Amino acid sequence: MLTLTCPYCGVAAEETELHPGGESHLKRFGPGSSDTDFEAYLFARKNPKGVHFERWRHLYGCGKWFLAARDTATLQVFGTYRAQTPTPPAEIVAAIQAARPHWQPDWDTSPPRNAEGDSAPGLGDDPAPNPTPARDSFA
Amino acid sequence: MSDPRLPDTILMTPLAQVTEVTGLGMVAIRADLARAGDAIADAAGLAIPAPNRFVTDGGRWLGWMSPDELLLILPAAEVAPAVAALTDALAGEHALVADVSDMRCVFDLSGRKPAQALSKLCPVDFGALPADGLRRTRAAQIACAVWPQGQGWRITAFRSVTDYLRGILTAAAAPGTDLEPR
Amino acid sequence: MTTQSAPFRLPAGGRLIDRTARRDFRFDGRQMSGLAGDTLASALLANGQLMMGRSFKYHRPRGPVASGAEEPNALLGLGQGGRFEPNQRATTTPLVAGMVTTSQNAWPSLDRDIGAVNNWLWRFFPAGFYYKTFMYPRAAWKHVFEPVIRRAAGLGRAPELPDPDRYEQAYDFADVVVVGGGIAGLAAAAEAAAGGGKVVVLEQTGHWGGRTPVDHADGQGRVDAALAQLRAMPNVTLRRNTMAVGLYDHGYLLAREHLADHDPNAGLPRQRLWRIRAGRVVTATGALERPLSFAGNDVPGVMLASAVRDYLVDYGVAAGRRVAVVTNNDDAYRTALAALDAGLEVPIVIDARPVADGPLAQAVRARGVRIATGSAVAKVLGSKAVNGLKLCDHAGQGDPLGVVDCDVIAMSGGWSPVVHLWSHCGGKLIWDEARAMFAPDPNRPPTGADGQGNVTVAGAASGDLAVSGLTGAVGESPILPVWVMPRNATRAARFKMWLDYQNDVKVSDVELAGREGYASVEHAKRYTTLGMATDQGKISNINGLAILSDALGQPIQATGTTTFRPPYTPLTLGTIAAEARGDVFQPLRKTPLHGWHERHGAHWEPVGLWRRPYCYPRGTETPHAAVAREILAVRGGVGTLDASTLGKILVKGPDAGRFLDMIYTGMMSSLPVGKCRYGLVCSENGFLVDDGVAARLSEDSWLVHTTTGGADRIHAHMEDWLQCEWWDWRVYTANLTEQYAQIAVVGPKARTVLERLGGMDVSAGALPFMGWAEGRLAGIPVRIYRISFSGELSFEIAAPAGRGLELWEAIHKTGAEFGITPYGTEAMHIMRAEKGFIMIGDETDGTVIPQDLGLSWAISKKKPDYIGKRAQERSFMASPDRWTLVGLESLDGRVLPDGAYAVADGVNPNGQRNTQGRVTSTYFSPTLNRPIAMGLVHRGPDRMGEELEFPVPGGASHRARIVDPVFFDKEGTKANV
Repeated sequence: MLTLTCPYCGVAAEETELHPGGESHLKRFGPGSSDTDFEAYLFARKNPKGVHFERWRHLYGCGKWFLAARDTATLQVFGTYRAQTPTPPAEIVAAIQAARPHWQPDWDTSPPRNAEGDSAPGLGDDPAPNPTPARDSFA
Repeated sequence: MSDPRLPDTILMTPLAQVTEVTGLGMVAIRADLARAGDAIADAAGLAIPAPNRFVTDGGRWLGWMSPDELLLILPAAEVAPAVAALTDALAGEHALVADVSDMRCVFDLSGRKPAQALSKLCPVDFGALPADGLRRTRAAQIACAVWPQGQGWRITAFRSVTDYLRGILTAAAAPGTDLEPR
Repeated sequence: MTTQSAPFRLPAGGRLIDRTARRDFRFDGRQMSGLAGDTLASALLANGQLMMGRSFKYHRPRGPVASGAEEPNALLGLGQGGRFEPNQRATTTPLVAGMVTTSQNAWPSLDRDIGAVNNWLWRFFPAGFYYKTFMYPRAAWKHVFEPVIRRAAGLGRAPELPDPDRYEQAYDFADVVVVGGGIAGLAAAAEAAAGGGKVVVLEQTGHWGGRTPVDHADGQGRVDAALAQLRAMPNVTLRRNTMAVGLYDHGYLLAREHLADHDPNAGLPRQRLWRIRAGRVVTATGALERPLSFAGNDVPGVMLASAVRDYLVDYGVAAGRRVAVVTNNDDAYRTALAALDAGLEVPIVIDARPVADGPLAQAVRARGVRIATGSAVAKVLGSKAVNGLKLCDHAGQGDPLGVVDCDVIAMSGGWSPVVHLWSHCGGKLIWDEARAMFAPDPNRPPTGADGQGNVTVAGAASGDLAVSGLTGAVGESPILPVWVMPRNATRAARFKMWLDYQNDVKVSDVELAGREGYASVEHAKRYTTLGMATDQGKISNINGLAILSDALGQPIQATGTTTFRPPYTPLTLGTIAAEARGDVFQPLRKTPLHGWHERHGAHWEPVGLWRRPYCYPRGTETPHAAVAREILAVRGGVGTLDASTLGKILVKGPDAGRFLDMIYTGMMSSLPVGKCRYGLVCSENGFLVDDGVAARLSEDSWLVHTTTGGADRIHAHMEDWLQCEWWDWRVYTANLTEQYAQIAVVGPKARTVLERLGGMDVSAGALPFMGWAEGRLAGIPVRIYRISFSGELSFEIAAPAGRGLELWEAIHKTGAEFGITPYGTEAMHIMRAEKGFIMIGDETDGTVIPQDLGLSWAISKKKPDYIGKRAQERSFMASPDRWTLVGLESLDGRVLPDGAYAVADGVNPNGQRNTQGRVTSTYFSPTLNRPIAMGLVHRGPDRMGEELEFPVPGGASHRARIVDPVFFDKEGTKANV
């Protein structure tokens, strides 16, 4: 039974206090999207033996969704981070590569675009809008 | 009352007295605590607690429930003015203030070894919880929040499971079930 | 205690027993007596009761072979009535005065067992017998073989009464947990505790020290010293009678503590399951001795050498008077010495090795015992008890060289480290050829959350059998691996060499599996059932896989072991259930009005974890009659429903309208303040998952109602999308479901009742249909929603939960003169069906989209997006060929069966009738005095008036006509008044 540390409240919660949410960093495709994109978004899930990024909710605690980088075979946890994170942050990638030197990200790791251009007007300090959402479909 | 077959750490009396607490008022507050913290603190009359902690002045209690949620516990008679004060204080903010006084049940555990009774129900290392620590977790099959109260502990859960919570707490505190090795 | 009543109790010895404390007990109805400190096995042996059971397949007579948790044979039924428990190991069960025990798997008696006829038919029950025999004819399996096998199957019988004992669980957290309180475990604990962290030591028995006090001079002194050191350390917890049964992910260890087993009068919980989170685990679990495979090695009296020694030293009990020792290693010589010390005869030590000159062998030789090296047992003499053995050369085929007169054969095939916990969580093993054992590979330990090894091994469990650094044990000569004795034993002899005693698996069975191509040890296990009994092959697995390796002609390392799975020893289900039984089996959710319903005779319906009144039968009224009465009372006057279980979620913020437009298929942002609107919630798959009415409370807040089962689910759904998708939208939600009691006052007289109650203007002008208002009713603060699920004039009134009962009683008091009637969920269901309203879970099943249910009116055509919209545009979803909601009118006056399928012409590829629809809701309508039903039918709305056939098993098909699903008040005039 896993323990994962919630990045919001810092509690090391055991699996019975958590709710799993499947693969993370999915990009939502809505009306107007192609059948192929929509099918991939709705159904196609990675099932690696090894490094996996997944969604968990601290259901019996602070109620927040967070993301975890985990090895599905050894159950090593490379780190947890906030759900409002379009791609795994650099420190998570570093932690994975420290343990799995041959592992490479499968997403675009080029530097982000100008943050000002992404930010919606009038939101002050609120987080930027979600460019690549991190959720699973609700079933 | 001791039993000759048991070591003297184990007594045939309950580990804890389980007492339902009624007449409390509760107010749920959701807001950006970094931005609205001062306004909330002024209106609530208590400082904003650190994550997983609570602050109390004896009469009122303010607990950290999540990064954007606080729970204010106070005498029932003070709920309406507190809701009004908080609503006013947060008028310019994106915030949610709700009277949730009727939503939960509350029990106090006092007596010999209340933390041992809780240890049978919650996956929590109560020995490691600070004196002002608040832990939201699971008691057997239900969600709950637990924190130190006086010499014992206070636990709250949803109103609909009052009887269940009383039942599992009483069973967990049964006489002779001390956790010390025997 | 007289020697007569316990003829095999020795006059001296027995470090664990108290000779002054007699304990009487019963075995198969016979009175026996033992001593405090005895196990059941030692007490039975002391009474001369060697035979303790019969084997599973051949019903062969069996005595204990071991003295601990690995025992395969001595399984008894313990206790009576609700406390009866089958398959309890006599070797680990402490004797308690008054204990009632019974042997198993024997009828009519242990001595004369009819099932033993199987023993004479053994040629017909080889490995894989079931797979080979019961294939043909196919019908015979169902009608002949299976019924017979089912009757014969099972070792003990299951208890028939509820278990009256209590159990509990407890969580613990430790830096280091040491499993095993032997000398190595105690030393490891002291070392770990020196660092200052919290250390817990778990010992499966009631005694510390493991084998050390039995096997080594001054062993007890060494154990006592180690214990004294640990007891002085405040950060060490020493817990006896606690078996670590499984090690799981991230250092999660399960352990079962015996608190008051078989001492039912102690008033204590019987067992406690510890759920321990360990930073690091040290397995100091020792080793188990292996039997030797020689013909007749299962005859009662053939025992592990260590067990013979344990019974002598620990309990002062002799399994017999003349102990022949047969071994391939030095350790068994300790048994010869213990037997001699106890005054028993040791006629011979048979050692398979060509030379036996280690210090232990020399010590035995010095006491005049004959040591036959290079020798083996050709055959055991006796059937229900050993009365001798035939000696032979180990190198030969078993030609007898002579007969040895003996009544106990103490055998040792070497020792296997207990690697179960190590292996449960991924630790790897290596085959140590020289020491003939699988031992933990320290370079490949189980790993924890940080990817580092989190388990280490200490003592014999690591392969260091003598633990000489701690025990001061004398040196030992190397073991000679012996898997079959004698080495070239005949085929006939191999049919009598038992590997798995409990499941009757023999050397010949495993060799057959190898010949038939079972190259995988996991397949061979299942084919032969080796290691599949309640002892999980603790003493048989290594011998079995060595023989399989021989049969396959490959090294043992290549064969490997089967998977070690928790629990190490069986757990009582009570410990797993713990507090979850009786009143607190599940959290039963109660509304603020629950007590009133109970006092008024509610017939309950479980709805999720809630209990809701299904109806309120009066006197001798049947539930069916009560439901009809309630419906007529509502439609003709006024009734009340406890709707408190409905979900109530507050959604607030500048972006709340925009957010609800995504959550609902309809438009919620355009709802005026003060109004209510019905909405549908879909999953991203497009399927309908919930429905309910939203009320706009203010410019930036909505109160959303969900179904009873949807409250937590839809709240979680909203939080998911807010946190993970639209995290920049400013919306807060609060699940206020339990803050309010909600009471529906329904019927043509509803307004009159509320007017009499007083305090609010509830006229159609002030509070129109689909509006809401706040105020005080009878002095109680309320919010009233003009919404209707029944088609009647209806007011849903929310009050603080703490005042719900007061409001309900006030309504009933005022409504009494109008015959106000509380109604339950079934009346609600029927009234909604009369109106053609759908019910989540009846009309929906996770494959139904709103368009299937004629709910397109509740789907916004203007919105560019909502959750599920894209999915509903998929070709199959948009197809006109979907099954669509219609009403169904029975043609013969019978109520259609729920879930029945309408058949179409032709058959599918499986030869089943094609289908074209199914019944989703079906009732007898008291309002209309006839059956009504709804269903989903292929192109249903286009086929009004067509008739459908619904076949049912064993009766005449139902026939129904497709009609409009609204059966009552089609114009909807009754609600909007």
